[in-house]
Amino acid sequence: MVEFKTHEHDVLVIGAGGAGLRAAIEASAQGVTVGLVCKSLLGKAHTVMAEGGMAASLANVDSRDNWQVHFADTMRGGQYVNHWRMAQLHAQEAPVCVNELESWGAVFDRTKDGRILQRNFGGHRYPRLAHVGDRTGLEMIRTLQDHGVHQGIDVHHECTIIRLFKDGERTVAALGYDREKGRFRLFRAGAIVIATGGIGRAFQVTSNSWEYTGDGHTLAYDSGAELIDMEYVQFHPTGMVWPPSVRGILVTEGVRGEGGVLRNSEGKRFMFDDIPDNYKAQTASDPEEGWRYTQGDKDARRPPELLTRDHVARCIMNEVKAGRGSPHGGVYLDIAWIKEKLKDAEQRIKKKLPSMYHQFKELAGIDITKEAMEVGPTTHYVMGGIRVDPDTQQSSVPGLFAAGECAAGLHGANRLGGNSLSDLLVFGKRAGEYAAKFAKENSGGKVADAEIQDAITEALSSLERQETGGENPYEIQFALQKDMQALVGIVRKQDEMDNAIDIVDGYRKRAQKVAVHGSREYNPGWHTAMDLHNLLTVSEAIARSAGSRPESRGGHFREDFPDKDEKFGKLTTVVNKGSDGSMQLRHDPVAQWPDELQTIIDENQK
Amino acid sequence: MTEVTFRLWRGDKSGGEFKDYQTDVTEGMVVLDAIHQVQAESAGDLAVRWNCKAGKCGSCSAEINGNPRLMCMTRCSDIPLDEPVTVQPMKAFPVIRDLVSDVSWNYEVKQRIKPFKPRKPDNADGTWTVHQEDIDRVQEFRKCIECFLCQDVCHVLREHSKHDEFIGPRYFVYTAALEMHPLDTEDRLPEVKEAYGVGYCNITKCCTVVCPEHITITDNAIIPIKERVVDRFYDPLKRLFRKLFAKS
Repeated sequence: MVEFKTHEHDVLVIGAGGAGLRAAIEASAQGVTVGLVCKSLLGKAHTVMAEGGMAASLANVDSRDNWQVHFADTMRGGQYVNHWRMAQLHAQEAPVCVNELESWGAVFDRTKDGRILQRNFGGHRYPRLAHVGDRTGLEMIRTLQDHGVHQGIDVHHECTIIRLFKDGERTVAALGYDREKGRFRLFRAGAIVIATGGIGRAFQVTSNSWEYTGDGHTLAYDSGAELIDMEYVQFHPTGMVWPPSVRGILVTEGVRGEGGVLRNSEGKRFMFDDIPDNYKAQTASDPEEGWRYTQGDKDARRPPELLTRDHVARCIMNEVKAGRGSPHGGVYLDIAWIKEKLKDAEQRIKKKLPSMYHQFKELAGIDITKEAMEVGPTTHYVMGGIRVDPDTQQSSVPGLFAAGECAAGLHGANRLGGNSLSDLLVFGKRAGEYAAKFAKENSGGKVADAEIQDAITEALSSLERQETGGENPYEIQFALQKDMQALVGIVRKQDEMDNAIDIVDGYRKRAQKVAVHGSREYNPGWHTAMDLHNLLTVSEAIARSAGSRPESRGGHFREDFPDKDEKFGKLTTVVNKGSDGSMQLRHDPVAQWPDELQTIIDENQK
Repeated sequence: MTEVTFRLWRGDKSGGEFKDYQTDVTEGMVVLDAIHQVQAESAGDLAVRWNCKAGKCGSCSAEINGNPRLMCMTRCSDIPLDEPVTVQPMKAFPVIRDLVSDVSWNYEVKQRIKPFKPRKPDNADGTWTVHQEDIDRVQEFRKCIECFLCQDVCHVLREHSKHDEFIGPRYFVYTAALEMHPLDTEDRLPEVKEAYGVGYCNITKCCTVVCPEHITITDNAIIPIKERVVDRFYDPLKRLFRKLFAKS
């Protein structure tokens, strides 16, 4: 029998990015004991990389903004397969959450009259993103971290959860290991909140950090929860493409919000050539109008570079495919050109986009105040995830909650930039509140020792094989990423997705024979071996879900079905684990919104 | 493509040694890429801490050829590759394993610093009016990614191990950000003078030099904090005033 240490908390939060921290703070404020498990050190989670800002209709820059417009923008951007209730709550509650962050010490950029400044972003009708230069995520996580550490929350640094346990139908405990020594830890809790972020590491080119291996998606799925919308993966249009080692690193949409334009190798601003019908009325008719919009002219409409991410990413792909790409397979993103318009352009770029300046200068040897950047699409975000009740964030498993990127519903088929950080706050808070409520009403579940030992035995199996030999976990991970990129990436076809399902199955068999050298102490080979199960599960969910949707919508684009199909626009893809352990898929109707929200959507179509 | 020798420290708190690994360096690679390549090719259990690989999270701090750097922001083309490249964990903290340091002391220090305490909201809707020029300096401090390289290079910690008496450059920046925050009402100067040990800093500016976020730690954070301490505690007129009007 392998030993483990037991911890008791009323609420256990798995994941310490924006959503997890916000959930932990809220649960603690409700008067329950809280444990917070971080896969890395506290304050290093992926939220730190968010750049552009958080969307909230504060109406500080344009007084015409309100929650209704934000709601309508979110639904349009999500192609109307969002859960309307989440989109409504998000739009209504985001402003309060942003102001709350300020009361905890966040220092946002200011308007001339001393209020929180807001910037333009793709798909948002008005300047809506509260921000701090291009490091808004850092400001957010640091504020939550510095506030949270004084709330009596128990933080478990560098600890990874590998299994959830139920007592009957209810989630009652989680098993994890610490990185430092590889010791196992059992966390008993009245309620558990999953806030583990995304799945980007299932793809080869990604803006996501190593932690993004779909852990929470898989924990919930294995526990019987439903995953929805897994076909909707967001490929951010602008990632770095050169040099190879930095391929995929994010280039914020804020560059385009500040006036940056996309050009092909012929120097043409190609985004004006393809503007979707439902955005025509809101889009600038010429470059001059687009420029005026980025400079705050309220009568101007936004430039086509600020169309939704799914559309911009595909336009870039089309230019590259047509042979009009940049030397390293991207297109040009040019912010340096604004010197034609502004005397202080160089200072302005460095002030508004400091980390972009820094990133290109140090990693690519390019001065963005003087030259154009080379950019191309990068795997950025998964709209799909754990199906939750929109008000409480509880999953289909009692006592198991989810918030942030690993939860689904708010963003539909495509997330608008800036809606993620506000998502973390609004639904992190709700998850914490309702998890605390649940924990007050439920506690003391039982877990069988045999179940715990079974999970530990499985976790240790790769180390046990080091004498006899076996597969290299890194090799399987790289191969899977390469195949997912090629077969279920930004442009999809039926035969390729079917093929991907078989390939994933093959990798699963190989993953069962993985052998890892060394001990349990801070051994990344061992960690990679354990992450494989999660990567394979989300890869299968993405491939199956995508293969079941013969239409193109938002982040899901099919070469063989390039148009939208109204019939599928009314359906949500659901996967869950069947009693035989295989993945089951079905389509449920999209929840229909009340008439008053339809009126809001109609009014904002103009 | 060049084959390069990376001389990596392998071991744990009971001891260790440098071991050589060969790997190919291609255009644009950073040191962290090379470490990952070694990990995938020949040392699967090589411990390294990293997250974003974009200079934003401050996890991959180490000493490259003796210089405290972020591995993800150090391009191989900027260091000599015709001789072995040494990489070792930060010296100012205990080692966990290989290139990973135990930085938990930093988290304990932060916990001791009094948190942000805002004044009452200025406006009826619960918001404050704050102008950009009043927060420019604080925003510079808040760029900090907590990589702890400034702590690593600071001789008070690195050479003299004054971890119990001195909070280090990172936390003077943190304290300065709170003290200069236009909304904050807390007073931390007594601690700055005593428990935080600001007097140990003799302004060698090593911290400013290694900061990957280019925060002017010494000039903008530590010196102003020292000046506030001097004003408060060593100004002869103020001392006399305090003596005369001290509460009995």
